[in-house]
Amino acid sequence: MRTVQIVGIGHTMFGNLSEYDLVDIMSFASLNALEDAGILDKRDLVEQVIVGNMGAGMLSHQSGIASSLVSRIKMEPAMAELVENGPASGASAVKMGYAVIAGGLADVVLVTGGELMRDVTGWEATDFVASLLHPEAEYRYGLSLPAFGGMFTRMYMERYGLTEKELAMVAVKDHENGNKNPFAHVKLSCTMEAINEGPHASVVNPFIAEPLRLYGMCPVSDGAASLILCAADSSKMKYFKKEPVTIAGIGSATDTHCVHNRKDPLILDAVRISAERSYKMAGLKPDDISFAELHDAFIILELAISEEVGFFKRGKAREAVVKGITNINGSLPINPSGGLKSKGHPLGATGVSQIFELVKQLRGEAEKGRQVKNPKTGMAVNFGGFGNNVVTTICTKE
Amino acid sequence: MGKEELEKKLRPPLLELKDYPAKYITVASGDKMVVRQCTHKDVSVLLGAIIPLIGATKDFYDIVAARMYAEILGWYRYRVANEYVLAGTIDGEIVGIVNGRLVDKDIGMSYHTLAVRRGLRIGAHLFAAKMEYHLEYLKQSEVWIVAESPIGFRRWMIEYSLENRGDKFPKVYHELGGVPTYALTKKLYDKVKDQKVTGTRPVDSKLLSTADTLKLPEEYVQIPGFRRSKK
Repeated sequence: MRTVQIVGIGHTMFGNLSEYDLVDIMSFASLNALEDAGILDKRDLVEQVIVGNMGAGMLSHQSGIASSLVSRIKMEPAMAELVENGPASGASAVKMGYAVIAGGLADVVLVTGGELMRDVTGWEATDFVASLLHPEAEYRYGLSLPAFGGMFTRMYMERYGLTEKELAMVAVKDHENGNKNPFAHVKLSCTMEAINEGPHASVVNPFIAEPLRLYGMCPVSDGAASLILCAADSSKMKYFKKEPVTIAGIGSATDTHCVHNRKDPLILDAVRISAERSYKMAGLKPDDISFAELHDAFIILELAISEEVGFFKRGKAREAVVKGITNINGSLPINPSGGLKSKGHPLGATGVSQIFELVKQLRGEAEKGRQVKNPKTGMAVNFGGFGNNVVTTICTKE
Repeated sequence: MGKEELEKKLRPPLLELKDYPAKYITVASGDKMVVRQCTHKDVSVLLGAIIPLIGATKDFYDIVAARMYAEILGWYRYRVANEYVLAGTIDGEIVGIVNGRLVDKDIGMSYHTLAVRRGLRIGAHLFAAKMEYHLEYLKQSEVWIVAESPIGFRRWMIEYSLENRGDKFPKVYHELGGVPTYALTKKLYDKVKDQKVTGTRPVDSKLLSTADTLKLPEEYVQIPGFRRSKK
C-alpha cells in the first residue's frame, strides 16, 4: 500500500453558523485547507473529493452534497462521493480518502466533514441523532444518545467507583484547552467550585441525563473541517508547502447495533478492535502515543475510550485524571483541542476535526497554552452510534 | 393647569415595592455574578448597555433589546406602573438585565430577559431571580409570561412547565401583545425552585461594592467585532 500523508488542513468555527448553508461552511473549510496546502490556485491537483456528513438529507433537506461542494468551490471535474457513518462519518471519510490513494485511484484527495445542526430546534437535533439507534428496540422506546450516555455513566460509576467530582475534573480540563482553541464552540474555562463543589453548582450545572450534568455533555454545533491527503510517492508532493504528517494507521470496527445485545455494555469492543487495527498498521503500541483526541460526546467516554485503546487499565482512567496525566502538560494529554465537550460536535465534521487537531499539534502550530510538548504521534478516536462503528486514526510526524 | 400638576396626571399610581435583596451566584467560569435591584441612577448605563443589541437580529436580540430599552425608559420617566429592573454584574460589568412589573398586588407581569454575556446561563439565572422576586419577596400568587424567542420558550414555558392561559384571553392578557399568555404559579415555582433558583445572601460588602456603579459591557458576542474601548 502507498503511504498517505496529510498536506493541508482547514477548519471553520464550531458553534452556531446557521446564517450559512451546509455547503457554504464545507466550502469555507475546504478553501482553508487548499490555502494551507498552498494549492488554492492549483486546485485541479485534487482528483477526488470525499465528504463526511450524517444529516444533510434530514436536517438541511439536501442530497448530493459532495458534488454540490465540488461545484461551489469550482473543482469540477474532480470525483466526488459522500460517506455517511453516523457520528463517525468524518473519520470514515478520511479512511475512504486513504483507501482511494493507497489503492492508486488518485494521488490527491480533499476530505471535508461538515454538519449544520443548529438550524433546527434542540429537540429536532436530539431526535435526528437518535435516528442512528435501533428503530424497534431502542428509538421507539424514547431512547436518545444522552440517555445512553447517562446509563453508561451510571454503570461505570457503580462498577469503578467514579465520582461526580472526577467527572467534573475531565470537563474542567477540556474547557481549559477549548478556551484556548479559536475554533471552539464553548470557549470558556470552568472551575470545580462553580460546576461541582460550590453551593450553586447544582443549578449552574444541572442534570441533563442523570448522573450526567450539563458540563458532562457536548453542545449541538455547526461546523466543518477539511484535510488534503496526498500519496507520499506522488510527484505532486512538490506543490505542497508544509511538512506533511503521515497517516500511520487507520482502522475501524463495528459492534452490535443494540447495546443490550452486548455481553457487557461497559465494554466498547469496536473501540478496542479499531485501535488494535490501527496500532498494528502503524507498528505502534499505546505507549508510543504522545497525545490523543477522543470522542467525548459525553464526558464519560473520554475515560472509557482511553481505557479501551490501552492507555489505562479498566477503571483506572479516573486516577490518571486526578493525577493530571491527561492535562496539556501531563505525560499523555487528551483532547488538547477541548474535545467534543468544549470544541463542539458537528457530527460529520468531528472525525475530520480530530485529525485536523493531530496535524496541528504535530506541526507545532497549536495555540499557546494548548500545544503538546514535542509530540511525535497522535491518535484520534471517532465514535459512531453508541459504540457500534468506531474509527481510530494514528498520525505521525515522519 | 401647571406643568407639575399636568405631569402628576401623566404618572401612573404606584404600589410600594419591597426591595429585592442582592445575591451572588458563582457561574460556570468561576466568576461571581452579583444580582441586584437597579435604581433610577443606573438607567443611563442600562440603556447604554442595551442599545447596541437593538441591531443584533440573531436569536431575537433586536426585539428584546428594543422593547427593554423602551420599558426602562418608561420606568425612568414614570410612565409604567410598578416596574422594577434587576441587573447581573461581574466585576461591575453588566452581563444581563431582567425587568417586569406588578399588575396588582397578586399578579406579576414578566417583561424581558436579556443575557448580554452568553454561555454561562446568565439569562436562566436572572429569569429565576425575577421569579424569586415576584413569588418570594413580593409574595405574589403568579407571574404572567410570554416568550419572544425560541430560547425563551424552551427556557421558560418548557423547563418551568408553565400553565398555558391562552384560553383565558382576554381576562389573562400579557401586555407584550396577543401572544398566548403562560403563568408561573407559586405552586409550579416551588416544584422547580431547587433546580432553578440559586444564590448566596448576604453578599459581602467588598463583592457588593463591585456592583455599586454599573459598567458598560466591553464586548458583545452577538455583535462580532464590537469593542467599546481600545485595550
